[in-house]
Amino acid sequence: MRTSILQIRTVEGVVFSQLLAGPVTRFLAWAVDLLCIGVAMMAFGWLTSLVGLLSWNIAGTVSAIGYFVISIGYGIGCEWGWRGQTVGKKVLRLRVVDAEGMRLQFNQVVTRNLLRFVDSLPATYLVGGLTCWLSPKCQRLGDIAANTVVIRSPRVSEPDLDQLLAGKFNSLCQHPHLAARLRQNTSPAEAAVALQALIRRDDFDPVDRVELFAELAAHFQAKVAFPPEATDGIADEQYLRNVVDVIYRARGEKQRALIAA
Amino acid sequence: MIIDLQRFVAAGQPHWSELEKMLTHLEAEPNATLSLEKLTRFHQLYERASADLARITTFSSEPATRRYLEHLVARAYGEIHETRERRSRLQLLKWFFHTLPQTFRRHVRAFFLTVAITLAGCAFGGMALIFDPDSRHVTMAFGHDQMTPEERVRQEEQSAGDRLDGQKSSFSAYLMTHNTKVSIFTLALGMTWGVGTIILLFYNGIIMGAIAVDYIMAGQTKFLLGWLMPHGVIEIPAILIAGQAGLLLAHALIGWGTRVPLSARLRAVSADVTTLIFGVALMLVWAGFVEAFLSQYHEPIIPYSVKIAFGTVELVLLVLFLAKSGTKAAAMGAPVSDPARSEVVLDTSRIGDRRSADA
Repeated sequence: MRTSILQIRTVEGVVFSQLLAGPVTRFLAWAVDLLCIGVAMMAFGWLTSLVGLLSWNIAGTVSAIGYFVISIGYGIGCEWGWRGQTVGKKVLRLRVVDAEGMRLQFNQVVTRNLLRFVDSLPATYLVGGLTCWLSPKCQRLGDIAANTVVIRSPRVSEPDLDQLLAGKFNSLCQHPHLAARLRQNTSPAEAAVALQALIRRDDFDPVDRVELFAELAAHFQAKVAFPPEATDGIADEQYLRNVVDVIYRARGEKQRALIAA
Repeated sequence: MIIDLQRFVAAGQPHWSELEKMLTHLEAEPNATLSLEKLTRFHQLYERASADLARITTFSSEPATRRYLEHLVARAYGEIHETRERRSRLQLLKWFFHTLPQTFRRHVRAFFLTVAITLAGCAFGGMALIFDPDSRHVTMAFGHDQMTPEERVRQEEQSAGDRLDGQKSSFSAYLMTHNTKVSIFTLALGMTWGVGTIILLFYNGIIMGAIAVDYIMAGQTKFLLGWLMPHGVIEIPAILIAGQAGLLLAHALIGWGTRVPLSARLRAVSADVTTLIFGVALMLVWAGFVEAFLSQYHEPIIPYSVKIAFGTVELVLLVLFLAKSGTKAAAMGAPVSDPARSEVVLDTSRIGDRRSADA
């Protein structure tokens, strides 16, 4: 079955996944690369025309070799120098990686780029696109030969949970039975949405931020109704902060000990 | 899903940051070597991050932290478990005199197969011309069917002056790039289970066979040899070696007589295919020079005997190079490019053993 996730199980038994890039995203990245190659060739054409003022023979030589090197070497040079990325792949956040999670080798980069000759047949990467579409790992022929895959690499940064720091009074924790019910009724996806909303709160427009937190607060209030003394006078954002605190932070040393065990 | 995420992140973050720092260093300097202590630390941090990933996958719903840990573990996994040879630096002379000929010899049977396919094409092209002279319009490319060998020889020998004057180097560059593209295409068609490579080699053979028989039957053998040998003795083997690389790829793809998985088979030939195609490109650069600066000049400018002698010397040197170069190094056990024989860069199991022994 076709999947957009490549899962790799390490010898330690840990599974990590890579998000595979689909044919359309890859086609767009290729279009950007084609544009870059076109621009590079135009710039090179102007340079060789200047050389042509001195000697047409030398200009012809430089031009023939230059165009060849740019068209073949662009993919190889970029992917090797930028660890599996070209300009198009950088723009669309794609990266070429070894299909088994190993370090990308130079010969893999060369092989997948030389095999473009077949993948681009008969025109506009039809063979490569079809192979990519049919392949379980979204691989074109060059990727199969080189044992590589193209993954999506969204921006990853170290987790920063400072904004959720405890130490403030959480009125919801005054009602442990309701807090437990809230934890029980909340799905992982809902918890993640609430957490992400808090983490990214500074990225929102002020009006959108108020609306978003109002909607989220209403959503969680509908799950478990806390008594008025626990919710009165609390802004929606603070309510959501308390909800996230309840969901993610297990209270008490007993629970911590259990988790550590 | 309930864990104390803050506590979890707070406890893990120093280790993750340290691992990320080491990874960034290793990625920025692929040739850097780590001391045993640093390697041990690196492995410990990797195991810690792996364990954290396992925990957060089981207990937490927090996708950003999980993605961060997956990213970290994926990078470290590649660094730790990679067993293929890591070249310290590009050694061009060693690559040219040792790796290239050794790789060629290691897969010489594929080369002989390309020779056989091309010879079959030659025989077909030659026979076609003998039994059906009109087939010249189909079997001969590059306008050779437009005139008889006698007319061509007369035209070449009577032409006064240098018809390539002022365009020799651009013609040479054109030949180099065109032939290299054809060679890469021959290699790449190996992914059609070798069918495309075989067709291209056979077609090349037909053209060569038809032209050769045409000139021989017209009594112009000396001209033919003088014209083709200086560049052909390098150019034709170069195309054959590209075909060898294509068949190598096809063999790995088909996987006759082996239970090794497809990815492992392709991984095993990847370095050799790259080596061969770079060798082909070098040969075609030389052939391009010779074709533009020597092959296109005939008697009385350059005697045919000189051109034939030049071609013969090139051929002998090429055969000696491919057959003998690097044999001593291989016999002495110098490392070769075969990934199957590469050394383990970092044996983590040993580190694990050492650590438990220390404990």
